[in-house]
Amino acid sequence: MTRFIDLTLNGISTGAVYAAVALALVMIWRATRIVNFAQGGMLMITTFIASDVIGSTGSYWLGFFVALACGLVLGALVERVLIRRVEGGPPLNAVIVALGLLILLEAVAGMIWGNTPRSFPPAFSIRGYDVGGTRLLFAPNDTFTVLVVLGVAVALWLLFRFTDLGLRMRASALAPEVARLLGVRVGRMFTLGWALAALVGSLAGVLVAPSVFVGPSQFDPVLIFGFTAAVLGGLDSPPGAVVGGVVLGLVLSYVSGYEGASLVTLAALVVLVAVLMVRPGGLFSTRRERRV
Amino acid sequence: MSALVRVPRSTLARSLGLALAGGAALLVASELLGSYQDLQLASGTYYFIVLAGLTMLTGLSGQISLGHGALMAVGAYTVALLVGNEHWALVPALAAATAVGAAVGVAVGAAASRLRGPYLAGATLALAIGLPALAEKYSGTFGGANGLVINPPAVPAGLGVSFPLERWEAWIAGAGALVVVFVINNLVRSGVGRSLRAVRDDEIAASLCGLHVGRVQTLAFVVSAACAGLGGGMLAVVLQLAAPGAFQLQLSLSLLTAIVLGGLGSQLGAIWGAAVLVLLPTWTEHLSHSFSLSQQVSANLPLAIYGAVLIGAMLVWPSGIQGALRRIYAAARRSSVGLKRLEGNPTSGSGGAGNESN
Repeated sequence: MTRFIDLTLNGISTGAVYAAVALALVMIWRATRIVNFAQGGMLMITTFIASDVIGSTGSYWLGFFVALACGLVLGALVERVLIRRVEGGPPLNAVIVALGLLILLEAVAGMIWGNTPRSFPPAFSIRGYDVGGTRLLFAPNDTFTVLVVLGVAVALWLLFRFTDLGLRMRASALAPEVARLLGVRVGRMFTLGWALAALVGSLAGVLVAPSVFVGPSQFDPVLIFGFTAAVLGGLDSPPGAVVGGVVLGLVLSYVSGYEGASLVTLAALVVLVAVLMVRPGGLFSTRRERRV
Repeated sequence: MSALVRVPRSTLARSLGLALAGGAALLVASELLGSYQDLQLASGTYYFIVLAGLTMLTGLSGQISLGHGALMAVGAYTVALLVGNEHWALVPALAAATAVGAAVGVAVGAAASRLRGPYLAGATLALAIGLPALAEKYSGTFGGANGLVINPPAVPAGLGVSFPLERWEAWIAGAGALVVVFVINNLVRSGVGRSLRAVRDDEIAASLCGLHVGRVQTLAFVVSAACAGLGGGMLAVVLQLAAPGAFQLQLSLSLLTAIVLGGLGSQLGAIWGAAVLVLLPTWTEHLSHSFSLSQQVSANLPLAIYGAVLIGAMLVWPSGIQGALRRIYAAARRSSVGLKRLEGNPTSGSGGAGNESN
C-alpha cells in the first residue's frame, strides 16, 4: 500500500513537469498551429544558463529567475527570427524548422557545455516526508514543483480568460484576419505567445533538472512525454494539458514501479492509442469527432 | 523531359521503363564505385525504399508519420529471425518482411485514419519510441539491446570470387528499390493515386464522390508500411544486424526530414532525401575533422550543421530540393525560346507528372 501511495505521489510530481511542457506546447499550438519540437532544446539551453548562474553566484533563486527571463527572450527571438518566416506555409515545413532548431541547439549546447550531463540543485530538500515512521517518495521539492505548475496553469487561465491582453491573444490565434482589422497587433501577440510558452517551458526545465541532470539531450524524454501529454489532453486545451500530464505521469509511474522501467515507452503508446481511439482529438477536445 | 524522348503513354510501360533505367543506372554506379561507396549506395537504396513509401503517404495522402522507423524495425527483425533462426532464403524472407510490415500497417493505419495532423504525429511518435522497447522486454527472442546478428548474404559463385560483398548488397537493395519504384509509380498514377489526392485536398468532397476516406487513408498507410518493412529488411541484410539502437526516434525523425528536404510527394525527392541521409553525415564528419577544433566542438559540429541545413533549406527551398530543381528547370525552359511551344509540345498530356509535388 505504501508502494502504491509512493508511486502515486511520484507520478503526480513527474506528471506536473510533463504538464508544464505540455502547456508550453499547447500555447504555441493554439497561437500559431505549430508543434514546437524546439521547446526541448530551448528549455535545455535556459537550464544550462541557470546551472551556470547558480554555479558562479551560489544563489538558486537567481538562477531560477534568470532561466525564466532567458526563456522569455529566447521564445520571442525564435518566433521573430525563424518561425515568422514559415508561418502560414506548409505545416510540415514549420515542424522541420523546429526539429532543425532542436538539433542545432543541442549541438551548440554540446559545444559550449560539453556532452557529459551535470547535476543540478533542487530548490528545496529532496528528503521525503516522514509520515508515521515511513519515508514517503515525495519531498518538499516535489510539493514545490506541483504548486508552481498549478500556479502557472491558473495564472495562464486568468490571463487568457479575464485580461484584455489575453483576449487579444486569443483573437489573434482564432481569427488573425479579423483581429488585425480590429487593430490587434497580431504579429506581436504571436511573439508574446511564444515568449510566454518558452517561459513555461524553461520553468519545466529547471524543475525537472535535479532528477534528469543537465545535458544536451537529457531533456528529450521530457519533451516526448510532454508532447504525448499534450496530445492526450487535446492540443487546443490548456486544462487538457495539465490533466494529460498528470494522467501520463501516474500511468508511467505505476508501470515503471510494478512492471519495470523498460515498458514505460510502450505504456505511453498504449495509453495514447487507447485515448485517441475513443476521442481522436484528445480528452478535452471540443471539435466534432471524425468517423471511419 | 518529354521534349527530348518520346515517353510512352501507358503508365505500366512508363513505370517499367523508369524502373529499368534506374536499375541500369544503379548497376553502372555500383561498378564504378569502391567498396565503401557501394555500401553507402546500398544504405541509400534501402533508405530510398522507405522514403518512397513515406513520401507517398505524406505527400499524396496528407498523413504525417513519425513512426516509420519502428516499422523498419519490424521488417529488420522479421528478416533477422527468418534468416538467422529459420534459415530461410533471402528473397522469401524479404517478402515476409514486406508482408509483416504491411500487416502492422493495417493495424496502425486503421487507427491512423481516425487521427489528424498533430494527433497522428503524436500517436506515431509514441509508436516509434514504444515498439523498440519490445525488443528489450522479450530479449530471449529479439536479443535485447545487442540485437540479432545474421550472416552476410552469399555472393553467387557465378559473379567470380573477387566480387565485392558490398556491391552484391547494393544489387540486392537495388532490386528491392526497382520493385518499389514500379509499384508506387503505377499506384500514384492509377485510380488509387487520384483518390489519395482527392482525400488529401478535400475529405468532404472526396466522400461526396463516393470515396471511403478512412479506407483510402488506411490503404496508403499499408503501402508505405510495406515499403518500410522491406526497407528495414534490406537494412538488416546490409548491416547484417537488427538491433534496437538502429531504430531510435532519431531514425523516424530523420526519415520525415528527408522527405521534406528532398521534396514532398515525388520519388525523385525521395532519392534526394536518401542521398542527404547517407552523404550529409559523412561529409560533415569529414569537415569537422579537417579543422583543428577542440574535441568538444568537433564532436558536435556534424549535428550543428545538420540542424542548420534543415532550417536553412526550409527557409530557402520551402518545397525541397526537387521543388527547387523544378523551378530552375522551368525557368531554363522559359528562357530557351517558345519555339517548341509552336510545334505543339504535348507536355500536359502525360498524366500530370508535375502534380505530385505539394
